[in-house]
Amino acid sequence: MSTVSTRDERTAAALPPRPPVGGRTSALRRSAPKIWLYVSLVVISLVIILPLIWIFLTSFKTDFDAINSPQNPIPNPFTLNAYQTLLSSGQQPIFRWFLNSVAAAALQTVIILVTASAGAYALARLEFRGKRIVFGAIIATLLVPPVIFLIPNYLIVQNLGWLDTIWAITIPGAASAFGIFFLRQFFISLPMEIEEAARMDGAGDFRIFWQIILPLSKPALATLAVLSFLNNWNDFLWPVYVLLSPENLTLQPGLSILQGAYSTHFGIVMAGAVIAAVPVLIIFTLAQRQIVDSVASSGLKG
Amino acid sequence: MVSITPTALGARDRVSRAPRGARRTGTAYLFLAPFLVLFCVFVLAPCVYGLWISLHNWNPLLPNQPFIGLKNYIDLFTPGTLTSGNFWESMLATGIFTVASVPFLIVIPIGLAQLLNRRIAGGTVFRAVFFAPYVLGVAVIGVIWKYLLDPQVGVVNHVLGMLGLPANTPWTVDVPWAWVSLVGVTVWWTMGFNTVILLAGLKGINAELYDAASVDGAGAARKFFSVTLPGLRPVMTFVTTLTILASANMFGQSYIITGGHPGNQTRTAIMYISDEGLSQNQMGAASAMSYILFAILAVISIINFRLQRDTTK
Repeated sequence: MSTVSTRDERTAAALPPRPPVGGRTSALRRSAPKIWLYVSLVVISLVIILPLIWIFLTSFKTDFDAINSPQNPIPNPFTLNAYQTLLSSGQQPIFRWFLNSVAAAALQTVIILVTASAGAYALARLEFRGKRIVFGAIIATLLVPPVIFLIPNYLIVQNLGWLDTIWAITIPGAASAFGIFFLRQFFISLPMEIEEAARMDGAGDFRIFWQIILPLSKPALATLAVLSFLNNWNDFLWPVYVLLSPENLTLQPGLSILQGAYSTHFGIVMAGAVIAAVPVLIIFTLAQRQIVDSVASSGLKG
Repeated sequence: MVSITPTALGARDRVSRAPRGARRTGTAYLFLAPFLVLFCVFVLAPCVYGLWISLHNWNPLLPNQPFIGLKNYIDLFTPGTLTSGNFWESMLATGIFTVASVPFLIVIPIGLAQLLNRRIAGGTVFRAVFFAPYVLGVAVIGVIWKYLLDPQVGVVNHVLGMLGLPANTPWTVDVPWAWVSLVGVTVWWTMGFNTVILLAGLKGINAELYDAASVDGAGAARKFFSVTLPGLRPVMTFVTTLTILASANMFGQSYIITGGHPGNQTRTAIMYISDEGLSQNQMGAASAMSYILFAILAVISIINFRLQRDTTK
């Protein structure tokens, strides 16, 4: 115990004194009229929320109502026609698109979690030949604009016979440099001691990875899962080109098809937008803190 | 029996960073294998394959793909060829959009981050609301704003009319209004993303610097320019680079809201390259274009890094 206390004293002495909590409230800030601060925050929030509410309400309007009184938010009459038309459409099977989107996003998320966590374990916790080259190559490709991959990957996917299948929209995108980088940062932050103790007990790398590192990384894995799911759910350019038949589309390219097919039936297009947006907004509401925090910290690392 | 005692922790602290004698190269590559297979096939190989394609007259409808050296690149720099006019028009559209959107995507988020950095109740809620549009896909954003901005039946023009302002602005069909719409929608969609990163940067600035500035009699503006901005510099470099790259890769907003019209004036480089390569089957030419875009973006990123680093010194 004595070792511990001396060590604590040494670290305490070596560290600069912490800035006092709440030191930020300078005289000027305290006296600033807070009411205007709240007014501006509420106004900006309305600018963001109102268009979304408007769209939601428009999806319950008749075509006539949507075209003739767009300035009136309340549907008159209130109707579920748009949703009924969409759900019964043979040419634009939106329920099928919804399932395709769920399946693709879930499958890609699982692939990313498995491949990125295993790879990140090696990069964060093991010493091996070629480590810096592998890591450098992964980071370097983060800087390559996605358009570079568009045509060659189209040809590769075509040669694999994956065009117009779920594999085209899940496997290539699962080579996620972001995922492996994100998990590596987290794995590095875990103290080496927890692993060394297990190693003395005779645990091998696989057991350490599976029974120690992964359970400790649940928050990071959950965040990566949410980000990967949203990313795949919202993917647009790639599925527009690699998915061909109407029944194989996902919601995002589907929306652009809907827009072409129902260009003046705004209620129907807005109902499609609502169907594509609601799952994402639910996930965001539930995992808001993790999503926003992971973005917030990205700038401090970079 | 090994128990983790604080003493053991202290003793290990120093050796843990040093590479232990036993390198486990085999094990490491076993762990990396699933990722590396995907990475090699769908990231590394396409980088090289794309270059190879760009050196050919690569059209999948032709019986063979003849090697033509740098002709695709030379054509793009030769006025009057099939591709050069359209390509540079699309690069101009991308340039206009980037130049017009990036300042707003930096300045507005700095303002929002300043507001959120005050001691307020519900700060996390406002932060989440500002961020929310960003989690929606570009297709959703595109179709809703195409309706809201529709010149005839859109809410925006109706509301402007009710306020006694011109109610016939061609938001989605004519320039410069189409640019105003594309920039405005993009700002509405992504400003929360930059705000959240800049807010984290603001929170990292040492509060004592502000107090010291107060003691020196600095006003709010003075504090902003001599404490806030210098303190934000590293984060700003990151945010501007990310924003320039994102704007330069704009595709969905134009694809859905304006369809690239009027003429091809709002057709961005990504829109033209994907159409030329995957709809018109000119894969060689399109690959060459993507590498030119890549080269230009790389140069801009390097200049941006240099500039921001030099001003720090």
